[in-house]
Amino acid sequence: MGMTLAEKILARASGKDRVAAGEFVVAEVDLAMTHDIFAAQVFDHLVNAGVTQVFDREHTVVVMDHLVPPSTEAAAEQHKRIREHVARFGIDNFYDAGSGICHQLLPERGHVWPGMLVVGTDSHTTTHGALGAAGTGIGTSEMAYVLATGTLWFRVPETIRFDLEGSLGEQVAWKDVILWIAGRFGSDVAQYRSIEFAGPAASQVSVSSRLTISNMAVEIGAKFGMFAPDEVTAEYLAGLESSGVVEGWQQRFAEKRVEADSDASYLALHEVPLEQIGPQVALPSAVERVVPVGDAVGTVIQQAFIGSCTNGRLEDLAAAAAVLEGRQVDPGVRLIVAPASRWVFQEALRQGIIEILADAGASVLPSGCGPCFGGHGGLLAAGERCIGTHNRNFVGRMGSAKAEIFLASPQTVAASAVAGHIADPRELLPRSVRSGAPRRRAREDKSVYTASQPG
Amino acid sequence: MSTQPASQGEPVEIRAGKGGPIKGRAWCFGDGISTDLLSPGQYAVDSLEVRKQHTLESVDPRFAAEVKPGDVVVAGRDFGCGSSRETAPEGLKALGVACVVADSFARLFLRNAVAIGLPVLPCPGASSAFSPGDGIEVDLATGEVRNVGLGVVLRSEPLPESMRKILSAGGMLAVLASGRLGRLGAEDDGSRAGAS
Ligand code: SF4
Repeated sequence: MGMTLAEKILARASGKDRVAAGEFVVAEVDLAMTHDIFAAQVFDHLVNAGVTQVFDREHTVVVMDHLVPPSTEAAAEQHKRIREHVARFGIDNFYDAGSGICHQLLPERGHVWPGMLVVGTDSHTTTHGALGAAGTGIGTSEMAYVLATGTLWFRVPETIRFDLEGSLGEQVAWKDVILWIAGRFGSDVAQYRSIEFAGPAASQVSVSSRLTISNMAVEIGAKFGMFAPDEVTAEYLAGLESSGVVEGWQQRFAEKRVEADSDASYLALHEVPLEQIGPQVALPSAVERVVPVGDAVGTVIQQAFIGSCTNGRLEDLAAAAAVLEGRQVDPGVRLIVAPASRWVFQEALRQGIIEILADAGASVLPSGCGPCFGGHGGLLAAGERCIGTHNRNFVGRMGSAKAEIFLASPQTVAASAVAGHIADPRELLPRSVRSGAPRRRAREDKSVYTASQPG
Repeated sequence: MSTQPASQGEPVEIRAGKGGPIKGRAWCFGDGISTDLLSPGQYAVDSLEVRKQHTLESVDPRFAAEVKPGDVVVAGRDFGCGSSRETAPEGLKALGVACVVADSFARLFLRNAVAIGLPVLPCPGASSAFSPGDGIEVDLATGEVRNVGLGVVLRSEPLPESMRKILSAGGMLAVLASGRLGRLGAEDDGSRAGAS
């Protein structure tokens, strides 16, 4: 019997020829990341235990992304403590406030390679499956252990495969596909399992969109959510080399490249018929409460958010700008944009994307998590509604527990910001094609969903 | 998140590995015991002393008051499902529960239990082999679970030695504090652990 991607990576990392689902292994971790919410605690554990060095300075990354710039004194103190720890342990791969979100920086700055075993003190560490790495979230005690020893135990997960078939329609994003999967299969479908996203259409998915999909794999329970490294991955790594971020990509890619065996064993195979998927919206307050956008159209919103480690990349800002060009955000809506990294922001500036967004009425935040987790920079009052490109819409995630959060693609969020209510991006023709037709008036709030349910 | 170093807690006597089996009474629970039931969210900010008193209260109100150090929790499938909370295994450990034996565990509970030093053993079929109060013996090293009264022995796959060492040390932070670092990797486990 052959091995899946997860089995191959865990076998290699644990020094075995083969492993099978269900087995426990002790594996050597290739890359460890912690961010400003947990880093201080992780390093405190190390100091308390008398540990003076991390297992591998080159493969330890610390990112300040959640509390940037600090909006409270406590956050500033926490950052200060982390900087002290970073200096004490000599961590070179330290990204201070404003550099970007951890799950953007790891792939953008060349830290993640195909075949790596990546752990982070963040549940969205599954993101790095986009490059064919096995990435997963762990706790703070576990991270202290990893930083001290470089090892951690894993149970080899079963794998389920989603085969992407066909091609995407106009104004449909890969975000819509992962939302559709969450709606169709539910938030438990991949509980403790590894996912492989494969099928004939996988080669159509850019690395940026793969990051979006792998990011949200954890929302359906996955331990890993991977795309096998292919030509798209190779092109991405070549691009990193030509922009001076990495060196010797071809050799490293060849060394680390992993593929699932053709006779690998899968717990389930699911087809994802792309032609049947239009823009999707996750209703409050569960990621699996997904409906076609048409069922939510007309729901009045007060805030629209474009950003996060799910959809704050250049491709996402460009998709939003294409909808917003020459249009104005509805006066009743606050449109907040947080580029996922400083590099994304700079590129978006150079390409004129930021200008389009700002002209339309967007506020641009520093590169970081922004309001995604309700930390700062766009919280909601009771009774308010936000549609965002992020990954979680749980009760209280963005401020008031009485606010409601809808999740969608950058296109849908941009179209909704213009309309003042949830809108179908396919109905907003590109500006150049539009005649001088009057803007559609906000329809009445249809309240197609029931009020948010806790838990 | 409250991650108190295991060394500060009351050390639960753990006779893992060569120390022989855990012997106690069985407390029986069904399938799908969630972290919400183990560690109710409304006490999340309270101290461990307070939190432990509410462990499983909505399933069995007597549990926290009557469980004795050395007792064993026996449960069905997916024990510890729900959101990740180190407080869920912490409460059981603080009450003196010596081990949780379940048909299966939720991923994060298993991780957190090992991280804080609460012995766990996945043992398919365990939930149907015990009634409340039965005498139970669990040998973490061999994976054997014995119903003392009935004389029935269930055999399960023991956790790898590396994990049992973490457990017998009292959790990952205790391992770090003990200074025995880097000894839990390949050289201990070799290709033996879990290879069967
Ligand atoms: S952007 Fe949101 S989901 Fe991503 S790491 Fe930051 S807070 Fe978490």
